[in-house]
Amino acid sequence: MQAHALEHEHGHGAPSGLMRWVTTTNHKDIGTLYLWFAAVMFLLAGSMAMAIRAELFQPGLQLVSPDFFNQLTTLHGLIMVFGVIMPAMTGFANWQVPLMIGAPDMAFPRMNNWSFWILPAAAILLVISLFLPGGAAAAGWTLYPPLFIQGGISYDLTIFAIHILGASSIMGSLNIITTILNMRAPGMTLMKMPLFVWTWLITAFLLIAVMPVLAGAVTMLLTDRNFDTHFFNAAGGGDPVLFQHVFWFFGHPEVYILILPAFGIVSQIIPTFARKPLFGYASMVYATASIAILSFLVWAHHMFTVGMPAVGQLYFMYATMLIAVPTGVKVFNWVATMWRGSLTFETPMLFAIAFVALFTIGGFTGLVLAMAPVDIQLHDTYYVVAHFHYVLVSGALFAIYAGVYYWLPKWTGHMYNETLGKWHFWLSMISFNVLFFPQHFLGLAGMPRRIPDYAVQFTEFNMISSIGGFVFGASQILMLIVVLQCIRGGRKAEAKPWEGAQGLEWTVPSPAPYHTFETPPVVK
Amino acid sequence: MGLRRALPVVLAAACASLAAAAWADYQINFPPPKSSLAYAINDLHILIMWVCVGIFIVVFGTMFYAIWKHRKSVGHQAAQFHESTTVEIIWTAIPFLILIGMAWPATRLILEQKDTSNPDVTIKVTGYQWKWEYDYLQDGVKFMSVLATPREQIENKAPKGPNYLLEVDEPMVVPVGKKVRLLLTANDVIHAWWVPALGVKQDTIPGFIRDAWFTATEPGTYRGQCAELCGKDHGFMPIVVEVKSEADYAAWLADKKAKVAAAAADAGKVFSKEELMARGATVYNANCASCHMPDGKGLPGVFPAITGSKVATGAKAGHIGIVLAGKPGSAMPAFGPQLNDADIAAVVTYQRNGLGNSTGDLVQPAEIKALRK
Amino acid sequence: MSAQSHGGYYLPAPSYWPILGSAALLGLTLGATLFIHQVAGGGWVLLAGFALLVWMLFGWFGQVIGESEQGLYNQQVDSGFRWSMGWFIFSEVMFFAAFFGALFYVRTLSVPDLTSANNALLWPGYTGGWPTQGPGIKEAFEPMGAWGIPAWNTLILLSSGVTVTWAHWGLKRGNRTQLIAGLIATVALGLLFLGLQAYEYHHAYTELGLTLGAGVYGATFFMLTGFHGLHVTLGTIMLITILGRSLAGHFTPERHFAFEAVSWYWHFVDVVWLGLFIFVYWL
Repeated sequence: MQAHALEHEHGHGAPSGLMRWVTTTNHKDIGTLYLWFAAVMFLLAGSMAMAIRAELFQPGLQLVSPDFFNQLTTLHGLIMVFGVIMPAMTGFANWQVPLMIGAPDMAFPRMNNWSFWILPAAAILLVISLFLPGGAAAAGWTLYPPLFIQGGISYDLTIFAIHILGASSIMGSLNIITTILNMRAPGMTLMKMPLFVWTWLITAFLLIAVMPVLAGAVTMLLTDRNFDTHFFNAAGGGDPVLFQHVFWFFGHPEVYILILPAFGIVSQIIPTFARKPLFGYASMVYATASIAILSFLVWAHHMFTVGMPAVGQLYFMYATMLIAVPTGVKVFNWVATMWRGSLTFETPMLFAIAFVALFTIGGFTGLVLAMAPVDIQLHDTYYVVAHFHYVLVSGALFAIYAGVYYWLPKWTGHMYNETLGKWHFWLSMISFNVLFFPQHFLGLAGMPRRIPDYAVQFTEFNMISSIGGFVFGASQILMLIVVLQCIRGGRKAEAKPWEGAQGLEWTVPSPAPYHTFETPPVVK
Repeated sequence: MGLRRALPVVLAAACASLAAAAWADYQINFPPPKSSLAYAINDLHILIMWVCVGIFIVVFGTMFYAIWKHRKSVGHQAAQFHESTTVEIIWTAIPFLILIGMAWPATRLILEQKDTSNPDVTIKVTGYQWKWEYDYLQDGVKFMSVLATPREQIENKAPKGPNYLLEVDEPMVVPVGKKVRLLLTANDVIHAWWVPALGVKQDTIPGFIRDAWFTATEPGTYRGQCAELCGKDHGFMPIVVEVKSEADYAAWLADKKAKVAAAAADAGKVFSKEELMARGATVYNANCASCHMPDGKGLPGVFPAITGSKVATGAKAGHIGIVLAGKPGSAMPAFGPQLNDADIAAVVTYQRNGLGNSTGDLVQPAEIKALRK
Repeated sequence: MSAQSHGGYYLPAPSYWPILGSAALLGLTLGATLFIHQVAGGGWVLLAGFALLVWMLFGWFGQVIGESEQGLYNQQVDSGFRWSMGWFIFSEVMFFAAFFGALFYVRTLSVPDLTSANNALLWPGYTGGWPTQGPGIKEAFEPMGAWGIPAWNTLILLSSGVTVTWAHWGLKRGNRTQLIAGLIATVALGLLFLGLQAYEYHHAYTELGLTLGAGVYGATFFMLTGFHGLHVTLGTIMLITILGRSLAGHFTPERHFAFEAVSWYWHFVDVVWLGLFIFVYWL
């Protein structure tokens, strides 16, 4: 991505070629590695999604066996969460946080390298598991026992992959949190930080708090599977539902881990293209913090059908509904930022606007699902599948796209092809809705999730959804082309390619030099 | 720019196709409710959905107005305001009030859903990989309910029937207008018992009993599916509930009781090889074939073969023992509690003399009885 | 690379240690899986991964200590270490919280629930209570009493918290003898704790019938005390490391973050033990 970068002044006999990337301690290199890793994993897990949609194109079993179908849904989920969205967001943090707070690099550059290079090891474990006897884990990305206990060798590999992914996330978060708290340029108080930095500060806190809990949960699975413990077995006084509690104590904050940095990216982009300061900066910060705190208190809304007592259903329903308040504040603030601005619609802005509208649809279906009595009907149906894809694809993924287009000029020194970018946006936006909107109807009509075959009355919407899926999948190739083109050449980008952009990252040249802010800037 | 001109056309086409889809009788909401709870859930859902749609229109109407009017290309100059405490307090408080309005009916419905007291009929429902067992506790009637869709339809070798994947050999039968309480549990992994028209979904958790209830409002056949991933054939364990008038229900129950008595008589009988093989094939296909495959070859690496296996060609007692007690730590369940002696005798005979095996020995119900502890 | 060229914040050169660490983790996890499933060679892969990890830790920490002793780390680097060590200990607290949460859940929710009227259909005659091996396990066991070895271990760990603080006072006053004596005492108390813990495990397995498989009591007992024991082991190794560095003349009364990090960690291990003593052994 930046061949020029090797000309940096530090002799040392720094390795070149492949070894440069393996041993690098530079936050920009590591950010780039994270983003490319996410891209490769996106193609892998995306092709799994294509296989899933192809199998579901019509009723009957056509392409894959039911067991392999379950492996596909499990790996698709695990890889998209841990191998795509999280690494991509961490890639943004690596590239942008030091640039935005005026730090010379991340706080611990060597540990930063390790955090990244654990990811390929985990990916290797997951990919190996596909080829072991019995195939990969097929118990869903939520790993629920006792089904998870039944599986073979690949299930243990999956557990260990999650362990080391957790180690990577914790080290990555320690690095980010320390960088933000300790390495801001003089004068950059916390309440002057760009919102992207704020959201990552809170995300890093969430990661440090919940990744160890996930590690504990999968450790209990490991010992229940192999060492005769009875955490999740009623015969020994345990309870399968205990796993769900521990898992979702991790899992719900995890959802915000995936989306908070997306909020941050969008909060950078909308003011730029509205040419107007972000509305309600302070309330944005407080809303983000409130969402993070609430995320620890709502986990059992994923479990309304396990048979909790009424008081449990009520508490988790009320607490979950409360999340709508700070989330609403954020949406209102974005709309107010656009109000009476001077708007232009370059690709990053298009993705950001789509994010606001479509994420909000995911938020509304979330509110419907928060209603415990209604969730009884919708739990584990395609309605839920539609809900979380609105939040994670048109939410997190669209924000990642917006961020890539927004900062690509800074990273590569070239402008991307705006026409192709717009094609990518419109194709993605339309096909995304064709893909996922009908899934609401499927869920309401009674189609459970995670089934390889379905009753005939679900055929039409599944066909529409699959067609949308294929177009969506194909459209993402465009993105790859745009990025590769932009790396190879194109119109030279100025230091500040966007008229309305604010912030320290636009004060350094494009492409950003290998080392930036070696002397800290002073923020007034 | 070409793209800009093409877009409205593409959008209009997409909208038109969606609208056409709606006309074509595609179901876009819950199935028609057939229990008091399902009615209440429907009403709550409709209420919340319209509130959400209303808010969406207001908020995004504002946003698209700004997108249209406050464009740079029409020469709009950016204002520089960036906060207003009053506005921010208002849009924090209003959603809060709306939420309280939503929580009120939801709370009442939760309390109603959880009230399983004073049932007229109590049925214990047990989830197995991949079938359901219904046990009418007061009446001593107990039976398995398995998918009835033929494999040819699933493998696209025969046209699919109207109830494809939603049909079972023996449905659960309940009387109309009576409060039915379900005691739900599972034998192996977590399943979920779900019939949308009755408004009931409850996870079945091995080792624990959870309860749920419904009162069906009109006779009919209502279909649902397992709603918690439970392994390979999660998509192939439907639930069918037949709601009958009280008289029909009583007749059905009497018929069932007579069959129970007949089955008890089987336990003492000595069967011929042909009888055992024929009955064994039926039992095998209903209980074993989904893992060990209809031809007995299993799935390499996942489920072992019966054909030529050490168990099915070795000592009889070992074979019967595994069928009765299952294999802990694997997906092989204990069939002892699920099947009667005659069925187990038949299926063991079938496995030892069919599916490519030929040990030549017969197993009679009395041998099973002796090996049960 | 000179520290000054980065506004004082030391930025390390490219390093091979992290990739070795990743290879080590791959070997450890793959080896452990193969070993558990008794695949030939799995144990060797596991061992190789472990050896590589130990080598990496020695090399990497060795380099960091070297850089520190050369004075490459300024005040800002030092405060970065403090922030991240604090957050790291917080993450460890959350790891233990998962297991304490499981203990709380089974004691207050799942075990009492198993005795309910509904569940009597499945588990007739089960009376619950704590400790329990659960309704489906026949083999009985005796629980571990609180007022024997565990009470002594509490005293030992609390004393070690005092000795490490005493050593810290010595370091801050420039009294190297007090520093080294305090550290030796702390290490000795740590080893004594571990020895008693090992004896207790042996006693549990051979005489009490208390094993990992002894229902959810056995599972929570061994997983909580076991992970704690692992942390005491790591803490003791860290104490031995800074004891070695103290003997080599490292640390000044003003700058000794490594010492403080280890002592924070040791206090954390101490506090976890108090939780264990109260909720696992006593109540």
